[in-house]
Amino acid sequence: MTQKTPMRMQDKIILRVVSKALIPPILLFALYVQFHGDFGPGGGFQAGVIFAAGLVLFGVIFGLDAVQEVFPPIWVEILTAVGVLLYGGVGVVSIMLGGEFLNYDVLHLPGPMHGQHLGIFLVELGVGITVASAMTAIFYFFAGRATKR
Amino acid sequence: MEAPTPHEVEVVHRTLTDHLPILQVIIPLLAAPLCVLLRERALVRGMAIGVAWTCLAISVTLLQHVMEHGVISYAVGGWDAPFGIEYRIDLLNAYILVVVSAIAAVVFPFGRGGEGLALNPARVHLFYAALLLCLCGLLGMAATGDAFNIFVFLEISSLASYSLIALGRGRRALRAAYSYLVMGTIGGTFFLIGIGLLYQTTGTLNIVDLHDRLQPVIGSRTVVVAFAFLVVGLGIKLALFPLHQWLPNAYTHAPAKISAFLAATATKVGFYVLLRVLFTIFGATFVFTTLRLHNLLLPMSLAAMFVGSLAAIAQTDIKRLLAYSSIAQIGYMTLGVSMGNVDGLAGGIVHLFNHAMMKGGLFLVVACVVLRTGSAKIDDMAGLGRKMPLTMAAFVVGGLSLIGVPATVGFVSKWYLVKGALERGWEPVALLILLSSLLAVIYVWRVLEVIYFRERPEGAKEVGEVDATMLIPTWILIGAAVFFGLRAELTSQVALDTARMLLGTGL
Repeated sequence: MTQKTPMRMQDKIILRVVSKALIPPILLFALYVQFHGDFGPGGGFQAGVIFAAGLVLFGVIFGLDAVQEVFPPIWVEILTAVGVLLYGGVGVVSIMLGGEFLNYDVLHLPGPMHGQHLGIFLVELGVGITVASAMTAIFYFFAGRATKR
Repeated sequence: MEAPTPHEVEVVHRTLTDHLPILQVIIPLLAAPLCVLLRERALVRGMAIGVAWTCLAISVTLLQHVMEHGVISYAVGGWDAPFGIEYRIDLLNAYILVVVSAIAAVVFPFGRGGEGLALNPARVHLFYAALLLCLCGLLGMAATGDAFNIFVFLEISSLASYSLIALGRGRRALRAAYSYLVMGTIGGTFFLIGIGLLYQTTGTLNIVDLHDRLQPVIGSRTVVVAFAFLVVGLGIKLALFPLHQWLPNAYTHAPAKISAFLAATATKVGFYVLLRVLFTIFGATFVFTTLRLHNLLLPMSLAAMFVGSLAAIAQTDIKRLLAYSSIAQIGYMTLGVSMGNVDGLAGGIVHLFNHAMMKGGLFLVVACVVLRTGSAKIDDMAGLGRKMPLTMAAFVVGGLSLIGVPATVGFVSKWYLVKGALERGWEPVALLILLSSLLAVIYVWRVLEVIYFRERPEGAKEVGEVDATMLIPTWILIGAAVFFGLRAELTSQVALDTARMLLGTGL
């Protein structure tokens, strides 16, 4: 540490106010990219990254403890696994309903079109959850090392 | 060809058996996140072992099915090949699946779990998650019939193995894992560039379809460049001399159990993908008649055999010795490929199985030693012959097999390799195979001498025999090295059939 304590990020009013204003739209935009992915550009991966970017910005400005209070590390670990399970689970359900692995046709009666819609929706949701959690986990890990030092 | 019309496809009710090709891959894939959720160490360990044995049962069933009824094709997502991802099980990959899952089934239960890991005991569940992901990647690479899908699984298994290697004790494990990460990423990227070029040329990623569509443009520069990228990328992955630099460090510093698993599976699957690229995608005629790849592969294989063996002689660390020996053994496999005839290729393929058994077994012996003495130095093994008689006896048998003594598997592979070399009219090569076996005698003898003819030094740590949870897996692999050496027809028949299938056209 240097002689004088450096000014913390959250003490800088511009950073604090701007990031507070930006974080909700970033998270909202992530959800838009996630759920509008069937009609426009986007999808689970991009949405997950954007969502994690919102959390990372929060962490950078307000500190690791603050962001870990919002999104505790244990939940990060659990959600990383849940996303993969959701993805794979869709495949397993489609096997159980008599289709091939990840054959969405069988997921929803009356028609295969609804099945395809539901299937890709759930799979992309799984991707989004895992990507957002994994990105956050990486940030936690590096940020955690820096604070320990 | 008919366009895919998934929206009109009727729902056909299938039995579970039809799904075996994909279940093989998704069971470990889904078990990995379950490990993360369950967290309980004993539970997670039990599940990993259960998954490995389930995969073994599935792969044996698949092999039987393929031997009786021929190729199995599975359309993932209901999208038929060549548009969707096809899982295509033929004799070659059914055989690889059995090798990989058998090794997993034997190695996973080894020990009581967790020992020798530089890992907080509260996070051991993550170790099993990585182990299962690695298994999933290796099985996926073998099962899929889609070139891009191979890349995806290659990355899954590689990423998992980087983290597994990094769990070894000491900072050098991190460095070894990091340099493997760099090399592995270069290898993976080269492979991807190769696939990209092929996709650009043909518009397809399905392996069988690629072969058909490549025929009209086979000599074009793009295709040749793609070929070069694929072979070099895979050369790194399977540690083909002179692209082997990552391997000794990775195997030396990884936890001993992980060394056993990776040494017996990862390079083998890399070798399998090389066979797929050479014979299924490009075809033997192009590879051997047009490009004359054997002019390159033969000297590199011979160099691997000699450089690997000579380096092994010079080592003072038993894990490093076995790692260099692995480089030599990979040389035998690619030597078989370079011969381009049925016997040589069968020798390479059967050596894949044989080397997996004996090197897996030998690394497990080392794992026992490391857990007892805490050291992998050859000098620290002095006098262990009396302290750990059963474990050391396993080392003797494994070592003899590495040399290629009759009645062990090592002999079977060398028999076919020599036969292939003579058939090809390469008498000097046959001689070199025998010469390199003599080098194996030297490095195996060096260790045996220390184990049996040196007294345990004064004040050395008191050690005893390891318990059954370690002895049984070790002896299963070493026993297999003898069993399949005596009943050579079991494996060599599959290898010969596979070699005939691969060489089916041309030459």
